[in-house]
Amino acid sequence: MAEPILKVENLKKYFPLKRGLLASLRGEPERFVHAVDGVNFEIYKQQVFALVGESGCGKSTTGRLIVKLLEPTDGKIYLEGQDVTEVRTKEEVLAYRRKVQMIFQDPFASLNPRFRIFDVLEEPLLIHGIGETRAEREELIYKALEMVKVTPPEDYVSRFPHMLSGGQRQRVAIARALILNPTFIVADEPVSMLDVSIRAEILELMKDLKDRMGVTYLYITHDLSTARYFADWIAVMYLGRIVEMGPAKRIIDNPLHPYTRALLAAVPEPKPERRNVIKELPIRGEVPSAVEIPPGCRFHPRCIYAQKGLCDVEQPKLVEYEHNHWAECHLVGKF
Amino acid sequence: MAKTVLEVKNLKMYYFTNKGVVKAVDDVSFDLKKGEVMGLAGESGCGKSSLGFTLLGMPTPPGKIVDGSIKVDGREIVGLPDDVLRKEVRWEKISMIFQGAMNALNPVFTVGYQMTEPLIYHKGMKQEEALDRAQKYLELVGLDPEVVYRYPHELSGGMKQRVIIAMALLMEPSVVIADEPTTALDVVVQAQIINLMKRLKKELGLSMIFITHDLSILAEISDKVAIMYAGKIVEIGDSEKIYYEPAHPYTQKLLAAIPRLHEDVEKLEFIPGQPPNLINPPKGCRFHPRCPYAMDVCREQEPELKEIDKDHYAACWLL
Ligand SMILES: Nc1ncnc2c1ncn2[C@@H]1O[C@H](COP(=O)(O)OP(=O)(O)OP(=O)(O)O)[C@@H](O)[C@H]1O
Ligand SMILES: Nc1ncnc2c1ncn2[C@@H]1O[C@H](COP(=O)(O)OP(=O)(O)O)[C@@H](O)[C@H]1O
Ligand code: SF4
Ligand code: SF4
Ligand SMILES: [Mg+2]
Ligand SMILES: [Mg+2]
Repeated sequence: MAEPILKVENLKKYFPLKRGLLASLRGEPERFVHAVDGVNFEIYKQQVFALVGESGCGKSTTGRLIVKLLEPTDGKIYLEGQDVTEVRTKEEVLAYRRKVQMIFQDPFASLNPRFRIFDVLEEPLLIHGIGETRAEREELIYKALEMVKVTPPEDYVSRFPHMLSGGQRQRVAIARALILNPTFIVADEPVSMLDVSIRAEILELMKDLKDRMGVTYLYITHDLSTARYFADWIAVMYLGRIVEMGPAKRIIDNPLHPYTRALLAAVPEPKPERRNVIKELPIRGEVPSAVEIPPGCRFHPRCIYAQKGLCDVEQPKLVEYEHNHWAECHLVGKF
Repeated sequence: MAKTVLEVKNLKMYYFTNKGVVKAVDDVSFDLKKGEVMGLAGESGCGKSSLGFTLLGMPTPPGKIVDGSIKVDGREIVGLPDDVLRKEVRWEKISMIFQGAMNALNPVFTVGYQMTEPLIYHKGMKQEEALDRAQKYLELVGLDPEVVYRYPHELSGGMKQRVIIAMALLMEPSVVIADEPTTALDVVVQAQIINLMKRLKKELGLSMIFITHDLSILAEISDKVAIMYAGKIVEIGDSEKIYYEPAHPYTQKLLAAIPRLHEDVEKLEFIPGQPPNLINPPKGCRFHPRCPYAMDVCREQEPELKEIDKDHYAACWLL
């Protein structure tokens, strides 16, 4: 296979926990949120790589590290072979941002309410010095709006964000990401806050742009059904680590990790005939805090297969069990 | 046959705003039997929560019930004075799990205080009796009764939602309205809460109206489903009918928009545009500007709910 567009190696991000004055006076050790704790993956051109998991497992932090809204505690990120952690000067960061764009969850919060749609879209062009004249920029803006089907553009350019529907707002956010013609887009829960029908519309749009423009995506979501629909690959995250990774359908149809199985069992399906059946959920309790990471396999307190003396002691490694199908569990195939 | 616990006829609730009259609930009728769960779905802004508040006899201002009837256990509640509603109906006969309620728990009071306060002040219960009852219901929803002594921030999201459910059950109401009770929760916790509600339905014979825009979650629990569009129920029937033989174009499109976990879907369908403004809804069928099958008659005359099959009604000129 070709070289990956994006490669992430042993990526870590620890956030220091705010200590009380008393704690620091007593000299208690500083504590950390282990938001991302040793993550490895590769994404190839024109593919959609989904990062799924419960809230707080480190999906957004991973995305923010990739777009350089955050700097890693440790590890490397390579975009088209270039070491992203070495990108430092203002000019370098600017050039990098032009290639890597992010779409956020909340279409209501992600657009400046005082900017007209024209200004929202002109801003990135001005920052990156694209388009000599206003007329040139206008042409690019109209083209971007047409691409995301906010048409006819002249009806929308002078509106403010609050004058658009949720779906249109998210389309404008996508247009803003696309106007710079990026190689790579981090889409952080881009459809979670939208109604079913608009959700379908935006997913179709992103799919279409992938096919037509050759965009590559990191798709962050907690929804396995949309991940199966939209993504080529799925990586399941738990407490800062990838616990299973592989082609999307394989993960859904043949999950190897107990956590993936539990997540899948929990997904609601539009099948009313099972309405009186209590669902078996092969998992215990809720996600623990990312400050106190359990020893051994970090999933063991919730795992119904956990083996004493093994799972609570030794951290498993992410191993390729089948071609292209990785899992981080001592007991794969044994339950 | 199970008895009818809730009977709603030609209910209208309008918001009288200074921009005009928002017809958020416009001629809604249905009934609910004991032990039955009715799902209520539709896009954002179609009037689901408005209907929920109205059934509780407390439309949010500037909303007013302008017509129709709501009978809870056979008793008419439209027109009852506020203090009677507060003393005899709300929480005792019909209660509600409000959209986003778990985030509205007061951080400075214990769970026990928040659960017992209404029992003591509105229902005149003794403190001990109220506390006993709170503990009993916490246990019923799968929590340690000691949770009465805890503060909201000490609880996880799933635990808070269980507290909210326990609160809705405290007065042993005949009907519980649950407005998006799982929407803010992670998928595992969401499934746990749905399991809890299934158990309550079975063990207590609970009758429930379950509101959500997510048709996958709705199918997990509903015996029958009502689809709301622009203030009206456009289709209603047994769950199997709605999911496997949807009759109204709106229902069909909503179902075609859901990605499936275990099925290959070539392309998701979506409904262009958005629900209309309810001050001036479109003439005729309110769905006509977005409907791929719209005909001349649809633009002129409003279709009525028609029985197309046993206990299965839809409002569309195609039928
Ligand atoms: N207090 C109010 N005053 C005026 N209009 C209101 C009020 N509350 C709701 N509305 C309007 O009534 C209509 C129905 O709103 P409602 O909250 O019932 O929708 P919903 O179906 O519950 O939506 P969601 O899925 O977003 O919760 C909308 O047009 C809304 O803007
Ligand atoms: N800026 C920050 N400061 C401190 N902690 C953070 C910050 N951002 C995220 N976290 C913590 O890191 C963990 C992972 O968060 P996040 O990446 O947002 O998860 P997800 O997107 O999977 O829900 C959580 O425990 C979260 O509270
Ligand atoms: S390593 Fe042990 S505790 Fe961890 S997922 Fe596998 S079986 Fe469960
Ligand atoms: S009545 Fe006409 S516009 Fe309305 S749903 Fe039926 S076909 Fe479509
Ligand atoms: Mg996130
Ligand atoms: Mg609502």
